[in-house]
Amino acid sequence: MEFNSSAPIWLQLVDECSRRIVTGQWPAGTRVPGVRDLGVELGVNPNTMQRALAELDRQGITVPDRTVGRFVTDDTARIDELRDAVAAGSADDFIQRARGLGMSLEGARKLLTNRWPDLEGNA
Amino acid sequence: MTAIEVQSLTKRYGRFPALNNLTFSLGQGQVVGLMGENGCGKTTLLKVLAGVMLQYDGEVSILGHRPGPESKALVSFLPDQSFLADGDRIRRCADMYADFFGDFNREKFDDLLKFFRLEPAMKLSQLSKGMREKAQIALAMSRDARVFLLDEPISGVDPAARDVILRAVVRHLEPDSLVLISTHLISDVEPILDRVLMMRYGQVLLEGGVDDLREQHGKSMDQLFREVYRWSEN
Repeated sequence: MEFNSSAPIWLQLVDECSRRIVTGQWPAGTRVPGVRDLGVELGVNPNTMQRALAELDRQGITVPDRTVGRFVTDDTARIDELRDAVAAGSADDFIQRARGLGMSLEGARKLLTNRWPDLEGNA
Repeated sequence: MTAIEVQSLTKRYGRFPALNNLTFSLGQGQVVGLMGENGCGKTTLLKVLAGVMLQYDGEVSILGHRPGPESKALVSFLPDQSFLADGDRIRRCADMYADFFGDFNREKFDDLLKFFRLEPAMKLSQLSKGMREKAQIALAMSRDARVFLLDEPISGVDPAARDVILRAVVRHLEPDSLVLISTHLISDVEPILDRVLMMRYGQVLLEGGVDDLREQHGKSMDQLFREVYRWSEN
């Protein structure tokens, strides 16, 4: 995984795991891979990985289990909430850039409406 | 528990102090990056900690032992120069390691060989530089040691191989072991680190947790390192 240079690595790992959950790569109610396996896959050390997963537990996105690690929550409303939060972050980036280019809300809306069908199936 | 304790450590080559009144301590259960330009004392420090350089001033303690036979039993050291004979096969190197070190773990070693796609029958003289480095890392990381000292394990290796080697370092890491890894390839190593220790002129310039430093400065360790070095010039 590539990390950007400004944010703490553990926060970027929280984002990556959130992305996996909202895209269904880690479906609701299934087991999350272990700290060690994830650490090796993403090329980070186990402490940093553990810190990120503990944060997901804290936010109720994953549920720790005493014997088998942790599960993605089966509360799909919580996952929808997370999806909104992740999407809001991308939307904020877009808004800032659009504003930087001197675009109005109306113009940005039109742009989205026009572009949306073009990228259908491209997600 | 403190794994490494260094107090007022000084080592001179002739008049030149390679380590100059160096003091720091490192706890167990972390991966620490030892960073600094060529000649800042990284290799000398690792040699002292490994117990292969016994002439120095100051106090050094590894898990409560002075560097020597007792500490060596707990410390796995990977020197920056190849220590294996070209004519040997990987299998023979592993047998030698098993003879030398009671804590050599065959299961870990076999797993790492597979992870690196190396075969026990391969001769060292037939390996590329990257493959040879992998073989050496597999040997060093297969000991059930408490402290791992790795001197520039990825220098001179292509980026894809660096990535695989660094993954191997954290693959079998026990929660209470300490890995101290020296490097000038900071951005490659940064994701597997808990802490950094930046050195210059035989002293510690800056020390801290990677994510704490990122949070404080909004910079990667590579950027921070360049900045710290710039101001230490003046």
